[in-house]
Amino acid sequence: MSITSKRNVIIIGNGMVGHHLVEQLVENGALSQMNVTVFGEERHRAYDRVHLSEYFKGRDAEALALCDADYYASHGVTFNSSEAVISIDRAAKTLATEHGHYAYDHLVLATGSYPFVPPIPGNDREGCLVYRTLDDLDAIREAAQSAATGVVVGGGLLGLEAANALRGLNLETAVIEFAPRLMPMQVDSEGGELLREKIEALGVQVLTERATQRIEDGAASRHRMVFQDDKILETDLIVFSAGIRPRDQLARECGLEIGERGGVVINDQCQTSDPAILAIGEVALWNQSIFGLVAPGYQMAKTALSTLTGGDASFTGADMSTKLKLLGVDVGSIGDAHGTQNPGARMFRYLDPLTQIYRKMVVSSDGKKLLGAMLVGDNSVYDTLLQYYANGIELPKEPASLILPQSGAAPALGPDALPETAMICSCHNVTKASICAAIDAGASDLASVKGDTRASTGCGGCASLLKSVVDHELAARGVEVDKSICEHFQHTRQELYDIVRVEGIKTFSELIEKHGAPSTHHLGCDICKPAVGSILASCFNEPITDAAHIPLQDTNDTFMANMQKNGTYSVVPRIAGGEITPDKLVVLGQVAQKYGLYSKITGGQRIDLFGARLEDLPDIWGELIEAGFETGHAYGKSLRTVKSCVGSTWCRYGVQDSVGMAIKLENRYKGLRAPHKIKFGVSGCTRECAEAQSKDIGIIATENGWNLYVCGNGGMRPRHAELFATDLDDEALYRTIDRFLMFYVRTADRLQRTSVWRENLEGGLEYLKEVILNDSLGMGDELERQMQTVVDNYQCEWAGAISDPDKLKRFRSYVNDSRPDPSIIMTSERGQLRPA
Amino acid sequence: MTATAVKQATVTQSRQAPTGHKLCSKTDLVAFSGVAAWLETPQGPTQVALFYLPGFERELYAIDHHDPFSNANVIAHGIVGDIKGAAVVASPIYKQHFRLEDGQCVEDDSVTLATWKVSFKEADVWIEG
Ligand code: SRM
Ligand SMILES: Cc1cc2nc3c(=O)[nH]c(=O)nc-3n(C[C@H](O)[C@H](O)[C@H](O)COP(=O)(O)OP(=O)(O)OC[C@H]3O[C@@H](n4cnc5c(N)ncnc54)[C@H](O)[C@@H]3O)c2cc1C
Ligand code: SF4
Ligand code: FES
Repeated sequence: MSITSKRNVIIIGNGMVGHHLVEQLVENGALSQMNVTVFGEERHRAYDRVHLSEYFKGRDAEALALCDADYYASHGVTFNSSEAVISIDRAAKTLATEHGHYAYDHLVLATGSYPFVPPIPGNDREGCLVYRTLDDLDAIREAAQSAATGVVVGGGLLGLEAANALRGLNLETAVIEFAPRLMPMQVDSEGGELLREKIEALGVQVLTERATQRIEDGAASRHRMVFQDDKILETDLIVFSAGIRPRDQLARECGLEIGERGGVVINDQCQTSDPAILAIGEVALWNQSIFGLVAPGYQMAKTALSTLTGGDASFTGADMSTKLKLLGVDVGSIGDAHGTQNPGARMFRYLDPLTQIYRKMVVSSDGKKLLGAMLVGDNSVYDTLLQYYANGIELPKEPASLILPQSGAAPALGPDALPETAMICSCHNVTKASICAAIDAGASDLASVKGDTRASTGCGGCASLLKSVVDHELAARGVEVDKSICEHFQHTRQELYDIVRVEGIKTFSELIEKHGAPSTHHLGCDICKPAVGSILASCFNEPITDAAHIPLQDTNDTFMANMQKNGTYSVVPRIAGGEITPDKLVVLGQVAQKYGLYSKITGGQRIDLFGARLEDLPDIWGELIEAGFETGHAYGKSLRTVKSCVGSTWCRYGVQDSVGMAIKLENRYKGLRAPHKIKFGVSGCTRECAEAQSKDIGIIATENGWNLYVCGNGGMRPRHAELFATDLDDEALYRTIDRFLMFYVRTADRLQRTSVWRENLEGGLEYLKEVILNDSLGMGDELERQMQTVVDNYQCEWAGAISDPDKLKRFRSYVNDSRPDPSIIMTSERGQLRPA
Repeated sequence: MTATAVKQATVTQSRQAPTGHKLCSKTDLVAFSGVAAWLETPQGPTQVALFYLPGFERELYAIDHHDPFSNANVIAHGIVGDIKGAAVVASPIYKQHFRLEDGQCVEDDSVTLATWKVSFKEADVWIEG
């Protein structure tokens, strides 16, 4: 029978590399020749260990998983999780697990490595843990609950990552390193010193040259660590991160060749001393080296695929250059970073003690080639240096220029200077040539290049380089980046805005009839409809609940509430400036109790009530409006909050009434529809307790008035606001903000925050000052007038909706049945409801 | 959880409803948008999203209200549009598009929502098996 005549290939270990091999087998059609079985000791299917720490930041096992739950089954691969292989019988070509024996024709060892725990008496005490698997992290989280302090033993890469995790779990954290400096493998003593300073500044204690002798009961904490000099340190929790060791025990026991210091010896085809058995990933020892990174493991997996399918690919070693952010500190290491492997090499060093940046280059004796580099504190030159190193590009005449601070344009190695062979993504082995090939084969944007080549889908370190190469190659092929907002309009948002204003168009249907692309059905889509809805609102400010506008809105705007992941909505009344009366607080509490709403103080100084059912929204808002609340537009691309500090009214340092100003501003601009949401902050003095400099509009009180900052952003890509005007009086402040915001509303792209708009604005801040402060375009009056119209036409959308039976009809769970959606199920946690 | 991680390829084509009966009236619909309706079928109760596109060649659509990517009943609250020539609705949660005509997910071939035959009988909306 053809099925049984297929070869049996068994992969031991379902880590990153073992999984990559399965993917390679699937993608290359190899499964037609073989039955593949995978054994994984962990209970989870393969997950992204490189980003393991994100587990503590809310990415759960499902989000870290490297494939969908049904991936193996749907490709006919047998996957046994929680089933460790116990022994291998090479003569019989079988292996054993606790559940049975399995025959193989080929075996692949992908068992990875385990964290090394130094043989210190007491290292097995409760609360002594390691940092490698999801289960390890669960154990750390659990132990941290009853701990106040934590220690990481080992100041290498992973040790610092573990220290960051402990810090994130609110433990007072210390790192203990045996060597005289942190990260001894990657940095030299100068870099190590700088790194120490930076990390200590974050509140993590760093103890170097410490060898732990024993761990015993502590007096004040759970454990006491005793060092070689009898000094002691007490702590509640210990994480060992003193290096990794290959999991070569299975291989050892069945007599495969093992390296002196561990690791299963492999040849260039990834075969062990038994050609029927291959080894890949961190368990494999190639040319006396273990590669503790994922990219070389992936290359071994590709080689293994070739070996298993009769190809002749070879593994020829891998570059161990790395770039990382540890505890928020950039660290980069390229090639021979210490300069120890190249006698005669010359060193260039740059150290800036003020900004705490250290850069070192190791250059060949003739000054022409980069052999290695080391960066601490700033990785901005990493990509450029790596390209010089990896591609043997000749260095500029003054190599030092590469690491010296730049006053003008940085001499980054432009994508056109890279040779075709330049490795762009080392995780997936993607060169510049393969990117060009993908583009020539039809990929026309970054997303499709990523999809076709898988570049930048591994560790992600190459993302910015990839983007610049793709942009450059597209431009070189004359591909004009299509700025059309979507298939329905061949216009940008800005062009649509001008059309609406000039022609006085008041509805979407009129706009699409006159200006829509002819090839479509003129229904629009979820891109152009909300964008046009926002433009119409900022021009005319008609209620968004009017029949003509309803179909334009996303559900959030339609129901004037943010939809949550289980289909319920949130309710966020406006609490201008963050000031609220006790009476109103009581009402919020009562409404939350009555409708079973989860209550939370938001990051925007107001109160969010979550879990409201569609059909309850009008009643909830009825009660809130009755008590004097109005909508907070938490759902709209519009003014969100004006955060304030307590200011001169109460604070001993305050020089102006920041709360009063915040309330005035919030009431002035509430309801303004914009390309994206807008946030303000007002601080009463330069101590800046309202964090105004992280807002779109930031205002800081001075002795003489107000300083205005613009275009700040928190969120995904934080940006400091820039000082725009100083010592404004109240009236001048309103006028300037009126003009600024209207200019933004008119000219920004859809979903462009002020920060991104500003960065794309030709002429930059100076141009903006010319237009707004010096009225260089002569449109100041018009912008102010237009803003005044919006302000004058403000009405609370919720008040409008609950007094209109036609609008209320929409707030029904079902048009033909009054029951609530029975599939919304809540459970209780910390005394409140949340989605089950 | 990511959208792709929870998606389940439940492919249920045109579920059976009892032959023709009134579901709701025309005035319950919202032009160029959706509303949800409750429907008893021989397989048990289900929830239907009704979309009304007055003036278009086909004016009325009925499609599963359940969004397989988020597991929430929300499809009726998505934005209606047309993509590559077909009328679609965008899920309000993770924004996948579904063709109103046959329930096919535009982003993922393996996912199709159930659809029903619906029509106007005078001022009423009729649904059929
Ligand atoms: C409720 C709240 C979190 C909290 O519990 O504190 C929150 C919740 C949401 N935020 Fe936020 N953000 C909240 C304060 C913030 C802040 C802090 C602040 O405003 O001071 C920030 C960073 C500051 C900033 O925006 O510059 C913030 C940056 C974001 C971003 C990233 C924006 C960016 O430019 O990078 C998004 C995503 C987006 O808008 O595209 C986002 C999006 C969201 C959404 C709308 C995500 C979504 O689409 O479902 C969340 C919906 C809430 C809901 O359903 O009601 N939220 N969000 C906060 C509501 C504040 C309020 O009272 O209105
Ligand atoms: C916190 C952390 C951060 C990291 N950061 C980076 C980074 O930024 N960049 C980078 O390149 N690398 C990083 N790494 C290293 C990277 O994760 C590894 O190089 C990679 O996971 C190695 O893959 P592997 O498949 O060889 O081993 P693993 O991913 O460890 O997988 C081996 C699997 O085999 C299983 N197994 C072992 N023995 C058996 C048995 N007898 N039977 C069945 N199953 C068995 C194990 O349980 C494990 O699941 C990091 C690692 C950690 C822990
Ligand atoms: S910013 Fe100044 S005025 Fe406001 S609370 Fe802080 S110290 Fe007081
Ligand atoms: S280098 Fe890791 S994803 Fe490209």
